[in-house]
Amino acid sequence: MSGRPRIVLDHVSKDFPTTTGPLRAVEDVSLTIHEGEFISLVGPSGCGKTTLLGMVAGFTEPTAGRITLDGRPITGPGPDRGVIFQEYAVFPWLTVRDNIAFGLTLRANRVPAAEREAIVDRYLRFMGLEAFAAAWPRTLSGGMKQRVALARAYAVKSDFLLMDEPFGALDAQTRTAMQHLLLDVLEREGKTVLFITHSVEEALYLSSRIVVVTARPARVRHIVDVPFPYPRPEKLRRAPEFNDLRAEVEALVMQEYADQERQHDRRPGPDPRGGER
Amino acid sequence: MTLARRWFARLAPWAAVVVLWYAVRESGLVKPALVPSPADVAQQFWRMMTTQRLWLDMYMSFQRVLLGVAFGIAAAVPVGFALGWYRPVRLVVDPLINFFRALPPIALIPLVIVYFGIDETAKVVMLFYAAFFAGVIVMYEGIVQINPLFIRAARTLGATDAEIFWRVIIPLAVPHMLTALRVSLGVAWATLVASELIAAQRGLGAVIQNASNYFQIDIIYMGIICIGLIALVMDRGLRRVAARLVQWQERLA
Repeated sequence: MSGRPRIVLDHVSKDFPTTTGPLRAVEDVSLTIHEGEFISLVGPSGCGKTTLLGMVAGFTEPTAGRITLDGRPITGPGPDRGVIFQEYAVFPWLTVRDNIAFGLTLRANRVPAAEREAIVDRYLRFMGLEAFAAAWPRTLSGGMKQRVALARAYAVKSDFLLMDEPFGALDAQTRTAMQHLLLDVLEREGKTVLFITHSVEEALYLSSRIVVVTARPARVRHIVDVPFPYPRPEKLRRAPEFNDLRAEVEALVMQEYADQERQHDRRPGPDPRGGER
Repeated sequence: MTLARRWFARLAPWAAVVVLWYAVRESGLVKPALVPSPADVAQQFWRMMTTQRLWLDMYMSFQRVLLGVAFGIAAAVPVGFALGWYRPVRLVVDPLINFFRALPPIALIPLVIVYFGIDETAKVVMLFYAAFFAGVIVMYEGIVQINPLFIRAARTLGATDAEIFWRVIIPLAVPHMLTALRVSLGVAWATLVASELIAAQRGLGAVIQNASNYFQIDIIYMGIICIGLIALVMDRGLRRVAARLVQWQERLA
């Protein structure tokens, strides 16, 4: 089903220093991401998923273990790994067109102006943004901003898309439309995706594999292979086998929430003597 | 209609001030000799423009303010930038900035005279001082607020440090530079009279001081109004330029 291994996480852990000593955000995560896969990370919020994605993006380095891309350790961010942020991160001082062109004007992936225009036009069309090419981002809706961000990442021909709850701030309809758009461009252009979401339903609809992550520190609790072939029709969401699998994965995630709660209860409060414990 | 309404909205507050001014004068609560009428002041303005070269005073003050602000901002932008960008520097320098900022320029006059004499330099130094400290605070507060998300996003697209500086940080800093410039300009005009206490022959501040020596209240009023109006016109102009330059911003001037 999937191609050769591209990104390999090998016993990756990450600690953050705090005033009360190091805080472990990610613990001993091993995961292989193959060419063309769509992997979703699901788990409780604040559990370290973003930290994990940030290490793959190259924003931070693991405290222990290593992450390699085609066998070479990841040392920093790069245009081979496009990142889509929940807050869009569309540059407000550039028009939609210039946002999409931004990466192509950098030394790292510079192309001749004519070619650049052609690429930008192509993604404007792809994302349904032609009418907004000259618009300032502040005039766009959240869904449109996220399409600009997606086009900007696609324009530099990144092999990977690292998406941190990209549709989390969108309303339900826009979110569904964006999921279709994403599957659509993936179908046409191919990419390897690492995707963070809270929604098991979203993860199931989009991914080829789902990684259920434990509460802080993040560990791999379970990996679910999603058996549905692409392209995935909208009606898949209403199929019984889809909903059975959804219930199963949701149970795993709920278990994590419950564990997190219990952990929380065990932690001493600000004043252990006060209150009836 | 809308145009007329806009002009009305623009002029109404000024008309209200003039009316209030007349009302105070006619109310009998103050001696009319102490409050010249707007007409007296306007007449003085005309007389001094035609016979006393008032325009030269305006020009001299304008030039001093411009020089003080130009030097002040030229220093405030890079210093504010460094302070905003490097947290350790900020922690060390911030108290110093606030210390010097709090000193009233008028209290510095004796020292300025000792070190810079009584020429133009001394006056411009005073204005520089005021413009710099006002501008530097605005600048670094602005730089501190730059969202690191954009820097990250640029980095994931392959931007080098130099590209991030020129293509991300500078565009994000421009609005703050313009605000710093506006604030500096306002503060410089507010400091003008103090700076022209240093043996100024000409200048609006000098006009006001001479008038005060001879108890010419109408001229004092006129000088003050001239300062306010010139500052207002300059600020308006700057806002126009700013709105052009930072069209992308949500909050337009």
